[in-house]
Amino acid sequence: MSKMIDLSKEADEFLKKIEELSGEKITSCIQCGICSGSCPMINEMDLTPAQIMLMTLLGQKEELLKSKSIWICASCYTCTVRCPRELDLSKVAEALRQVKLRLSIDRIDINKMDKADLEELPPIALVSAFRKFTG
Amino acid sequence: MKIPYYPGCTLKTKAKNFERSSIAVAEMLGVELVELPKWNCCGVVHSLTSDDLIHHLAPIRNLVRVQEMNEEKLVEDEFRLVTLCSMCYNTLKRSNLRFIENYEEREKINSIMEREEDYKGNVKVVHFLEILRDIGYDKISDKIKKPLDKLKIAVYYGCNLLRPKEVGIDDPENPDILETLFESLGAEVTLFPYKKMCCGSYQTVLDKESVADLTYNILSNAKEHHAEIVVTSCPLCAFNLDNRQEIVRSKHSEFKAIPVVYFSQLMALAFGLNIEICGFDSNYISALPLLKKKGYLKNK
Ligand code: SF4
Ligand code: SF4
Ligand code: SF4
Ligand code: SF4
Repeated sequence: MSKMIDLSKEADEFLKKIEELSGEKITSCIQCGICSGSCPMINEMDLTPAQIMLMTLLGQKEELLKSKSIWICASCYTCTVRCPRELDLSKVAEALRQVKLRLSIDRIDINKMDKADLEELPPIALVSAFRKFTG
Repeated sequence: MKIPYYPGCTLKTKAKNFERSSIAVAEMLGVELVELPKWNCCGVVHSLTSDDLIHHLAPIRNLVRVQEMNEEKLVEDEFRLVTLCSMCYNTLKRSNLRFIENYEEREKINSIMEREEDYKGNVKVVHFLEILRDIGYDKISDKIKKPLDKLKIAVYYGCNLLRPKEVGIDDPENPDILETLFESLGAEVTLFPYKKMCCGSYQTVLDKESVADLTYNILSNAKEHHAEIVVTSCPLCAFNLDNRQEIVRSKHSEFKAIPVVYFSQLMALAFGLNIEICGFDSNYISALPLLKKKGYLKNK
């Protein structure tokens, strides 16, 4: 017997929004955990990549948007090449970040950064961080 | 052979040694890397959301420059665009693919780029390592003046050369392009299981401590397999693996520093090019003591 989970309208809308922004069919995730097992950043994460997928599926917007993990993902595409369902988690994480960034909630503020750090960091690091962490 | 070349911002600032050694090595092999006359930063990271077209403009603009170079006869019917930086490579190549595969977006992007000629989708983004593979490793071996046979080298790929699959220059799980290159230069290439592991990338700006942990893991893995030096093809990998050793050493007193250099620096050394061109003085952890010990800098 198959079991169905009814999502609230709000949860369903959130899932649809992330599916659209990421272009990924999140409902096809089989929760195998290969992404979590492959992720180099897992030690820093509060939600594992597979949990991100499941919670997106369930439309758990608040928990997702306050999680550290969506900012910790380094877009390394290791999970992307290994997912048996060819899902691209880097796109899901980017979609979740974008939901926040588009509300003008930035993750990084250049004015609060250490001067010595700014001088030391190569442009490639600064440009990529500002692309990922600001709207 | 003249090929259009996209440097990117970091090769003009903190990674000049990467550019200089690569141009010299290319020249030895009969390839002139002709810099795009006007280029703009590609944005470093590929924009991953479906509706974000605007960030693909910067990469595409650079591809229009390649068309112009052909029209102005700066190159002759050469639509390959070479990059050295792995991240530029990834970003330019992915935007190009998205443009080529997506008819509607093509039109949109071209109509937004008002002041540019239309991009026709005819440019092929390649990494310099692919050019070297095409030239042939036997030709590369022919140029050797100082074989690298006294060095145990770990080759580091990181992410952007290999993933995702559709832009990778080699098999994403079992690459060997760098191994083959360094074996053809006479080096002993060590086993390096972490060669494809991400260094933490841009997290180095917000969280250098956790990037230093990754650096520690990656470099310890290289050293366990007896590597004496690590090569890379990306200024961000280089920064994380090289400069972040400062933090690693403060956390792990037993950790001995290991030099991390661009592949082109060691190629230039093998080709017997001037030591200034190799640019070993601008890596954070100097490779010079190792190279001296191995007899590569005898007459200096
Ligand atoms: S690897 Fe793919 S299918 Fe498996 S849990 Fe992760 S996203 Fe889902
Ligand atoms: S892309 Fe993100 S989630 Fe996937 S393995 Fe890399 S860091 Fe982890
Ligand atoms: S160095 Fe390479 S960066 Fe700066 S433009 Fe690049 S990614 Fe584009
Ligand atoms: S290893 Fe690091 S800098 Fe290099 S390509 Fe990956 S994330 Fe980028």
